Amino acid sequence: MADSVPLRLNVPEPEVRPGGKPDFSNVSIPRAGTVDRPPVDVAPEDIREMAWSIIRVLNRKGEAVGPWAGTLTPEETLSGLRDMMRVRAFDKRMLMAQRQGKTSFYMQCLGEEAIACAFRKAMEHGDMNFPTYRQQGLLIAGGYPMVEMMNQIYSNTKDPIKGRQLPVMYSSKAHGFFTISGNLATQFVQAVGWAMASAISRDTRIAAAWIGDGSTAESDFHAGLVFASTYKAPVVLNIVNNQWAISTFQGIARGGSGTFAARGHGFGIPSLRVDGNDYLAVHAVAKWAIERARRNLGPVLVEYVTYRAAAHSTSDDPSAYRPKEESDAWPLGDPVERLKNHLIAIGAWSPERHAQAEAEIDAEVLAAQKQAEANGTLHSGPKASPRDIFEDVYDVMPPNLRRQRQEAGY
Amino acid sequence: MPRMTMIEAIRDAHVVAMERDGKVVVYGEDVGYFGGVFRCTQGLQERFGKERCFDSPINEAGIVGTAIGMAAYGLRPCVEIQFADYVYPAYDQIVSEAARIRHRSAGDFTCPITIRMPTGGGIFGGQTHSQSPEALFTHVSGLKVVVPSNPHDAKGLLIAAIEDDNPVVFLEPKRLYNGPFDGHHDRPVTPWAKHPLGEVPAGHYTVPLGRAVVRREGAAVTVLAYGTMVYVAEAAAQASGIDAEVIDLRTLHPLDLDTIVASVKKTGRCVVVHEATLTSGFGAELAALVQEHCFYHLEAPVRRIAGWDTPYPHAQEWTYFPGPARLAAALVEVMEG
Repeated sequence: MADSVPLRLNVPEPEVRPGGKPDFSNVSIPRAGTVDRPPVDVAPEDIREMAWSIIRVLNRKGEAVGPWAGTLTPEETLSGLRDMMRVRAFDKRMLMAQRQGKTSFYMQCLGEEAIACAFRKAMEHGDMNFPTYRQQGLLIAGGYPMVEMMNQIYSNTKDPIKGRQLPVMYSSKAHGFFTISGNLATQFVQAVGWAMASAISRDTRIAAAWIGDGSTAESDFHAGLVFASTYKAPVVLNIVNNQWAISTFQGIARGGSGTFAARGHGFGIPSLRVDGNDYLAVHAVAKWAIERARRNLGPVLVEYVTYRAAAHSTSDDPSAYRPKEESDAWPLGDPVERLKNHLIAIGAWSPERHAQAEAEIDAEVLAAQKQAEANGTLHSGPKASPRDIFEDVYDVMPPNLRRQRQEAGY
Repeated sequence: MPRMTMIEAIRDAHVVAMERDGKVVVYGEDVGYFGGVFRCTQGLQERFGKERCFDSPINEAGIVGTAIGMAAYGLRPCVEIQFADYVYPAYDQIVSEAARIRHRSAGDFTCPITIRMPTGGGIFGGQTHSQSPEALFTHVSGLKVVVPSNPHDAKGLLIAAIEDDNPVVFLEPKRLYNGPFDGHHDRPVTPWAKHPLGEVPAGHYTVPLGRAVVRREGAAVTVLAYGTMVYVAEAAAQASGIDAEVIDLRTLHPLDLDTIVASVKKTGRCVVVHEATLTSGFGAELAALVQEHCFYHLEAPVRRIAGWDTPYPHAQEWTYFPGPARLAAALVEVMEG
């Protein structure tokens, strides 16, 4: 048409860039306790609005309020706080170890500790996680020894995966933790397959899939949703929306859909959105979703709204693409502080005991680190055996690998 | 002994594997109720129920990705990709995941899956139903790659693949489904009923992975072939009158190098043939191995005959297909060289 204007490409931009004033006024946050808790067998179409809201339990005063409160005793809550503190102390130590040249790479989950720690407590023994690289909380809250994680990070002689993978790519079948790939989103559809297998086998175990906001753009995310939807697989589909995919803000992956949770609607999957920095809310929602999956009512999609307070990895500098103060301006606060304040508010905790616990946990992490370093680090001390790279490619080493191992001198 | 087509033999392999092991599940596009577009899974859903044989969404990454998850759980999935040409959306799952899970987890998790797919042309399938992508899999550490050439082997190899504890890519030459096609597209096809390798034992047996077989003994030149090219090689030997020894590799990885080396040392000459495109094809690996291991026994350069480095054409299919005339000419050339 002669009078039509030229087309223009829409490239979404975050609200602010470095040098600007952090602004989260566009993030609509309901008051704690205001979102209904439907029965676990609710029809997905009856809770569509939950994909646009945020389930929250802890209010500004540190009180646990509303229908999602009350899934944990004070003792369990305190144990959750300690889990998150362990994760944070572990991250701090390992970040330092990487800076000291003891390993090649590290990834923290600063600010996101509540999600994996609380989710793990809602699972049962035998359930299986298909995690990304930022769910170390699943292992720590599950009681996996920190020294084993460090052995992996250092690729030392006791590394359970023999120095073959980048740091943090853990694997522990016994702890319900599928081997981390490092390729993004591949594990999401695998979790659905594991859950299908559990159903085929008339088992009662469920799977949990994990993905970040950025990786929901991958085809494997959509493959996971369609298979989960078609076969009503007993799987909880977790999206950790920490706002940033390395330097790319979440709007690039989200596109026009408003929220990541809303992606589930086209598949008829009940989709919830939860305050990812609220340990109690995460636990309550995880428990609800896991129960629904285990009762053969099909998959649940959960979006955890959180903020990646640290760099993507030790190879990243976020000051190049977002304001340095943005983390402090994040309206959902810090998960450790919030749970600590709650425990103090209910009289189960005090600032003094918190400081004491911090010191204990620091000492615990340091002791684990010393123990791990006795087995070597990436660049010093004993090392993973070079001979090992030829093992486990197949169950039985084929002739070509035997020849190559000999040629390599092992 | 019962005589079967390759389709019937593959179907029978599924039945045997599923009866022996309740952990074997079968799915893919059109695989369940209908029994697959080539009918290789016909009757399985009726026999074993919908939870062990079912239709999947059209999503190859999803088919292989879920199979990997099922294998991690402890099942033994055997999935179908409708045509090898459609496997690429699943390539990341195969290369980055299935192939490496055992290694990257130091055996904590394993991936015993079989990924079946019809391969090769000669059916007027054009570029989307004719490809031979085996080299894209032989290049990947951690995978086994199998190409059967007849009903007897197809059944035994498929059972072996399903029972194997590693991921196996199982390429079925679709031009061989109904008979031993030798590249003479203008002649009637011999049905498997009239070929000795159409005799398929009942019940359970395996053809071990990693073992080649000499299909035609000869003294003059060794032809390394697999799939459809086994019959093209036999026809070329007959047409040229050259006493070629034809080796059917059957498994491309792990490769039976001993059988290859013994034959080439005996004949002193080698021609490699495949339907896939020439450049960086599996023939390049074979030629390199032959010169590394048999150089001082060679009387002539190793010759490769393959599909041209073009997309697989439709109307010009027989220009592309490395038929017996091209192979016979190469045999003559190698003998004269």
